[in-house]
Amino acid sequence: MALQPFLALGVVLFGLGLFGALTKRNIIIVLISIEMMLNAANINLVAFSHFSQPASIEGQVYALFSIAIAAAEVAVGLAILLAYFRSRNSADVKDVDLMKW
Amino acid sequence: MLFGIPITGQTISYFVLALIIMISGVMLMSLNKVMHMAVALGGVFLGVAGIFILLGADFVGMVQILIYAGAITILMVFALMLTQRGDDTASPSANGWRTAGVLVFVVLLCGAFLLVLRGTTWPVSQSAVNPYSQPTVNLIANALFHAYTVPFELVSLLLTVALVGAVVIARKEEE
Repeated sequence: MALQPFLALGVVLFGLGLFGALTKRNIIIVLISIEMMLNAANINLVAFSHFSQPASIEGQVYALFSIAIAAAEVAVGLAILLAYFRSRNSADVKDVDLMKW
Repeated sequence: MLFGIPITGQTISYFVLALIIMISGVMLMSLNKVMHMAVALGGVFLGVAGIFILLGADFVGMVQILIYAGAITILMVFALMLTQRGDDTASPSANGWRTAGVLVFVVLLCGAFLLVLRGTTWPVSQSAVNPYSQPTVNLIANALFHAYTVPFELVSLLLTVALVGAVVIARKEEE
């Protein structure tokens, strides 16, 4: 199998995530869409790791780092969401205007 | 041969997994029941894990199942359940014109990416199912603990900081 199908799958997944992140109004759905975009990047990393000559493990190591950082991002993002929901009683992107003037 | 693509176990599993990922992703974007969204999210993550295992990255695939399909999906479900009040539906999308505009933009962007992908001659192409010389766990362990020791330690530091920060941010403020 060639490299291109995997990269194309990454492009499609990235596009889906980008669409969700730009149109959805629920903050959690936006976070989920960002996770999908990160996953698309991970697919590319692992695919290049598999198809490089000779096969090198670096791409997988970078994918692992990326997964760890995505986990940290989700934890902090959901904590911010909960604190925000407690003060505003809403999870809508439109209501996040506390620092807007 | 079908449309110039050889029918092997690898291509069949690739197409099945890609179909699972795309259907789950489209369902995720079009459904409006929150719990259905969570199930679709699990489908996307499991499909990506299958792609990793198909690419010979079994350790990364298992980590993907553990962290994404396990931990992050459950965390998202908890957050969705904590922030929904009575009605089970997510808040509606933005207005129609904006959604249509974003859709056109995303489709054009993806089309441009795919054209570039098609036009570039990639220097690497091989058909081996598992091109690695050793089991990937050995290779990853060697890379992490020899070449990438400092980034590895920094990631552990980052995870600790994120954990403490999440607890501090989400804590109820005392009056």
